[in-house]
Amino acid sequence: MHELALTESLVAIVVEESRRQNVSQVKVVVLEIGAIGQVEPESLRFCFDAVTRGTIAEGARLDIVTVPGAGWCLDCGKTVPLTERFGACPECGQRHVQMTAGDELRIREMEVT
Amino acid sequence: MCTVCGCGTATVEGKAGEAHAHDHSHSHGHDHAHSPDHPQPHEHHNLSRDGHHHDHADQSNDHAHRGDQAIDFGAGLAGVHVPGLDQDRIVRIERDILSKNAAFARANRARLVERGVFTLNLVSSPGSGKTSLLVRTILDLKPRFPITVIEGDQQTSNDAERIRATGVPALQVNTGKGCHLDAHMVGHALDTLDPPPASLLFIENVGNLVCPAAFDLGETHKVVVLSVTEGEDKPLKYPDMFAAADLMLLNKVDLLPYVDFDVAACMANALTVNPRLQIRTVSARTGEGLQAFYAWIEAHAAIVVASTAKAG
Repeated sequence: MHELALTESLVAIVVEESRRQNVSQVKVVVLEIGAIGQVEPESLRFCFDAVTRGTIAEGARLDIVTVPGAGWCLDCGKTVPLTERFGACPECGQRHVQMTAGDELRIREMEVT
Repeated sequence: MCTVCGCGTATVEGKAGEAHAHDHSHSHGHDHAHSPDHPQPHEHHNLSRDGHHHDHADQSNDHAHRGDQAIDFGAGLAGVHVPGLDQDRIVRIERDILSKNAAFARANRARLVERGVFTLNLVSSPGSGKTSLLVRTILDLKPRFPITVIEGDQQTSNDAERIRATGVPALQVNTGKGCHLDAHMVGHALDTLDPPPASLLFIENVGNLVCPAAFDLGETHKVVVLSVTEGEDKPLKYPDMFAAADLMLLNKVDLLPYVDFDVAACMANALTVNPRLQIRTVSARTGEGLQAFYAWIEAHAAIVVASTAKAG
């Protein structure tokens, strides 16, 4: 997926929040990324260094928290773990599974001074 | 990695290519059968699937390889931060990164629905025949609906010119380095184009089967175009786009006698990732199947126009 555009949105949100909270420097940004989502974490890191340059978040560390995949299986009527996007239910083998977790792309928090 | 847009290029399953250095050698004990229609530059994407074991492939997320430092096991905030000992503080944000785009998309959608503008976001890989399909569709539907078009491409106004030649207003959006249209760009385009009430708006997205899937533009439906000169397993290779779409057009079916393309297998693949996907086989060149596509447009556009008329 388009990690550069995502990183630009991420940094825009960080800068906006920093301004509102009178932050002098952002030290750590904590992201939640779904394990079976559409984002390549390494590519996001690569872009993060470039995009933060010259902003309040320059030099900040990017911590990525991986959210495991899960889905609601219609046939089993319960939540099951998913290791593959659009994958089958690990218990019944059917593909009637609605993904409920693992697609996250959220900024959870940041550590600032 | 894609030098244009920054998309990640995983060269080994589960790991990005550029961020970790390979100081180990790969031994390739398996045979690669390179079929002549092998579609992409070959970078051994499926090493571990072939039985070749790569050291990194199975350690999915328990450590991070940074470009600038050593391997970092669980460098979580909790491990390094001691509250109260320094002036650092934690700011909770809890915001989706795509929330900005989502807000613009909501605004676009409200605006389009209010005017009864039935909007299709056409997505596909480059070269599937989106523009030719659009030109043919416009010529056939022009007597029945007012039509406007937003054309997305990285460079040039060639496509908008092709559309304008049909006599309908078209606006080119050049994304520059971007590989998709976003809702903000489309909002600006709507300001300029100003689609008339009870009309059809076609948005031809940048030719790219990956990025446009994640960016809602405010359209009524996404329509994914796949051509029979591509692989029938594309829905499995790029599932997000097929999952996000409501209609798939299988284009260039006039070429079926000349290519090895299994239509039934392609449809089965598409329905695997999206059981609700509707599929029509068409040829923009011969016109085959297009009546079914037009019927789909008319039926779905009627819903939008009717709901607007009721609200108005």
